[in-house]
Amino acid sequence: MTVTVNRYKCGYCGACVSVCPRAALELVETWIEINNACNDCNTCVNICPIGAIESVKE
Amino acid sequence: MKDKYDVIVVGAGPAGSSVATTAAKAGLDVLLIEKRQEIGDPVRCAEGADKEGIKRHIKPDPRWIAAEVKGSRIFAPDGTKLQISEELFGAEVGYVLERKIFDRALAEQAVSSGAEVIVKTRATGLIRKNKQITGIHACSIGELVDVKARIVVGADGVESKVGRWAGIDTTLAPKDIETCAQFLVSGIEVDEYCQFYLGNNIAPGGYAWVFPKGRGMANVGIGVLGSRSDKGMPVKLLSKFVKHHFPKGKIIEMVLGAVPASGPIEKTIADGLMLVGDSARQSDPLTGGGILNALDAGVMAGTVVASCIEKDDVSEKALMEYERQWRETIGKKIRKALVVKEKLVTLTDEQFNTLAQSIKGECDSTMGVFDIVLALFRANPKLLWEFRNLIK
Repeated sequence: MTVTVNRYKCGYCGACVSVCPRAALELVETWIEINNACNDCNTCVNICPIGAIESVKE
Repeated sequence: MKDKYDVIVVGAGPAGSSVATTAAKAGLDVLLIEKRQEIGDPVRCAEGADKEGIKRHIKPDPRWIAAEVKGSRIFAPDGTKLQISEELFGAEVGYVLERKIFDRALAEQAVSSGAEVIVKTRATGLIRKNKQITGIHACSIGELVDVKARIVVGADGVESKVGRWAGIDTTLAPKDIETCAQFLVSGIEVDEYCQFYLGNNIAPGGYAWVFPKGRGMANVGIGVLGSRSDKGMPVKLLSKFVKHHFPKGKIIEMVLGAVPASGPIEKTIADGLMLVGDSARQSDPLTGGGILNALDAGVMAGTVVASCIEKDDVSEKALMEYERQWRETIGKKIRKALVVKEKLVTLTDEQFNTLAQSIKGECDSTMGVFDIVLALFRANPKLLWEFRNLIK
């Protein structure tokens, strides 16, 4: 289970990375990488200022 | 890149360049790495900064001063206006910067002081010997490398990982972050004032801003408290705000970002490691301003790094001097700002209107942000009872 980032929308600002309780996200230059520590808590989904993160639960 | 330095600074924003400049001037061998291929770009900032504060760190240069402002106006939801002067606005406005050029000028200052700067190089982990941090793993233009150092300084911004790797929990709760969007709007009429708009329909738990950038342009942005945001809210609200206030404006740039609004965190040091700037959550939780705090903390960190290395002791205990210095100065300010922010985010639009109207008559261009907070408290002690401890 993991969230997905729409890289065509993502503004690579790192807001999602800073709130991830499991440090599962990483901002690498102009894209976000998600590792398997993600437990789909969706904290990042509501933080993203442009709505680029999709929850698998949706 | 060598395989060993006295100090490695991770992140070449204002905090990182300030540490690197200070440490290099003290004669240390400093490596400053930046994960992006360009320093200062993309911008994630409203670019307002305290003029006098900035001048303490770098000689003013018209190349990175987009505009100078005379003061600020704050608008309550019903339009009630409070106007305050630039000199007394605390640490926020005076200059509106061109961060792309400003950040690079700060990095140039680090380089001319003797630091080595390497771009497109991202820290991926810490090297440890027993408990002590002794360097970083990094990915440098696609190559994995290990670099050793006596001290690692994390200046890796809002998305900081360096602290977490060292066991310092810098994770921001949604209530402790402002999620932001900004458009550079062109072809509009703006005067020499920064404007702030409050209101739960405008920016829940945050505010909207208009910062003049010269030549008929302005940074128009919105910050929303993380706990009150939902998917893509900042951009949606900003589009509405711009359409309403600048129907003829043309959007020529889009900026996204987030600001730590947690107030001081528990610790910012470990054996062989320190955090500075947004990564240390040193930004102002009320205004969101972070540049000057980052520059000031960078000087403190760089100075303590130099004296610790000279004494050959980079233990957490020795680095406590940095912790003590920044808490005594920046820490005190942001702790107060946090009290005000925590209250403001609970207010209704009617309460914002009442507050603004209560001091409208006595608010003049000689007042600073904190004067306003105090005037508000005097006029509304019951509503703002939480502010009583802010008055000495």
